[in-house]
Amino acid sequence: MWNRLVTVLGTFLVLLGVSLTAHAADNAASGKVKTVASFSVLGDMVKNVGGDRVEVTTLVGPNGDAHVFNPTPADARTLASADIFFVNGLGFEGWMERLENASGFKGALVVTSGGVMPIAMRAEEGHDHGNEADEPDQAEAEDHDAYAGQVSDPHAWQNLFNGKIYVTNIRDALIAVDPDGADVYEANAAKYLAAIDAEDQAVKAAIASLPKARRKIITSHDAFGYFGNAYGLEIIAPEGVSTESEASAQDVAKIIRQIREEKIPAVFLENITDRRLLDQIAKETGAKIGGVLYSDALSDKDGPAPTYLDMFRHNAGALTAALSS
Amino acid sequence: MIDTLVQPFVEFAFMRRALVGSLAISLTAPPIGVFLVLRRMSLMGDAIGHAILPGAAIGYLLAGLSLFAMSLGGFAAGLAVALAAGLVARSTVLREDASLAGFYLVSLALGVLLVSMRGNSVDLLHVLFGTVLALDDGALLLIASIATVSLATLAVIYRPLVLECFDTQFLRSVSPLSSPTHLLFLVLVVLNLVAGFQALGTLMAVGIMLLPAVSARFWAEDVGGMICVAVASAFVSSVTGLLVSYYANVPTGPAVILACGAFYLLSMLVGVRGGLLWRLMPRKHLEA
Repeated sequence: MWNRLVTVLGTFLVLLGVSLTAHAADNAASGKVKTVASFSVLGDMVKNVGGDRVEVTTLVGPNGDAHVFNPTPADARTLASADIFFVNGLGFEGWMERLENASGFKGALVVTSGGVMPIAMRAEEGHDHGNEADEPDQAEAEDHDAYAGQVSDPHAWQNLFNGKIYVTNIRDALIAVDPDGADVYEANAAKYLAAIDAEDQAVKAAIASLPKARRKIITSHDAFGYFGNAYGLEIIAPEGVSTESEASAQDVAKIIRQIREEKIPAVFLENITDRRLLDQIAKETGAKIGGVLYSDALSDKDGPAPTYLDMFRHNAGALTAALSS
Repeated sequence: MIDTLVQPFVEFAFMRRALVGSLAISLTAPPIGVFLVLRRMSLMGDAIGHAILPGAAIGYLLAGLSLFAMSLGGFAAGLAVALAAGLVARSTVLREDASLAGFYLVSLALGVLLVSMRGNSVDLLHVLFGTVLALDDGALLLIASIATVSLATLAVIYRPLVLECFDTQFLRSVSPLSSPTHLLFLVLVVLNLVAGFQALGTLMAVGIMLLPAVSARFWAEDVGGMICVAVASAFVSSVTGLLVSYYANVPTGPAVILACGAFYLLSMLVGVRGGLLWRLMPRKHLEA
């Protein structure tokens, strides 16, 4: 009996030693900044700003739904050894705090939407929030939120102007952790910001080219509030701001009535939600299925929207194609 | 008044489809629920709801997000668990509740493992489960055919099934039909549940199966009566839930089940057989 106990204990100690050494070696090997991004849009942005100096791991991958994501122990392990954790904030990642605590993460937590003016659920206010914030001021944004007394719409990246705020936050965070690479980060960020500006103009032009009466669409969940506000499109959705909510008969009835009265031409599926409800709405009203819009996640590499800017190109293209005819 | 009740169904096709779907599930699920309640297997619905996960996961791993593959896989897994539990209950010291608990937990864990192997950013069950507001032709045909098959089968095995509920040992001693009847009944349960999940979502499928049956206990004396009360109350609750969801802007599934629940509470209070209020009223003493 003793012999067996000693053997088992000895093996266990050896294995422990090996794994610890491997872990230490792993850490020392690459000199890159280890970053973790909560979902694919952030992952893409970090890769664009950080270039070769960063290693990016994305938790909620392409076509994934961050609203209902459940982190695994592997995710906790990845986070534990990371230097920076980029999250969207605004309530998008309900699992974030628990993952942080569970993993014992000691690096920098960066909320990329810091400084963005949030809009409330179901942008019914009418006035244009997305384009206002010139001076990033997180306290102001939070006060506004508290005053409104409503839940914020977390999909701020759907407005390219906010995208630029995201990129500046990412750049500043990388410089803070890795000052040696400041020049590289500044250069990459400047190039990326210019590309975002160009795409912003292109999307504005594309939507402006549509007749005013046609600038309305139906989609599954309320992910395009910021897009609608910034580019002049009205978005109507049966599910609320999160895919976890369930539609009520009154919501569906209102949408069908609205489609019939205003002759809305197209409904758009999303890459992360179930299409049956929209199919039913489309069949009953005769509206066209206008294609798939990418809202909360990028597509995988062979898909039509593998990067943040590609997502806008694809969405704008699908919208104009369906609404102009 | 009649106008307010009827108008949503006149105006919207999706409401009419929801009505037809609810009628179909109200015909097929409550009778099965009555037998489940009588056999003390009431929590089976929930257990099967979780047990189908590995089947759906295997379907997903093999064929991606194909509803057909995942439903078929789910049905196979649910059936395997139900039949295994049934066989174990009949041939070992364990009773039905314990054997089912054992198998469904193993099945659920296996399912979670399989799903995380492929990356768990897709909530499989979220995709698999439907909603009564989105019943397309395929889903309607599925529920309607399952209703037909269920009712026909129940009619055929009615007598052995009732005897099995009340005195299993006696049936076993006089007839070889005991095991086949029980297993056939389990097949019907899984069939109804999987079809219900796919068409209506878990809450509504399990709820319509059990709540009306539980309420019917307070109104009827015999199995046939219980079945009638259960079917009627299920359908009335479905219509009520749909109308409440329409007028008060609440999600439909929960509204229907809460309507069933309201009827259950009402039955508990004023039900003819054993309602609490009747028990509290003073009655004549028996006299010699």
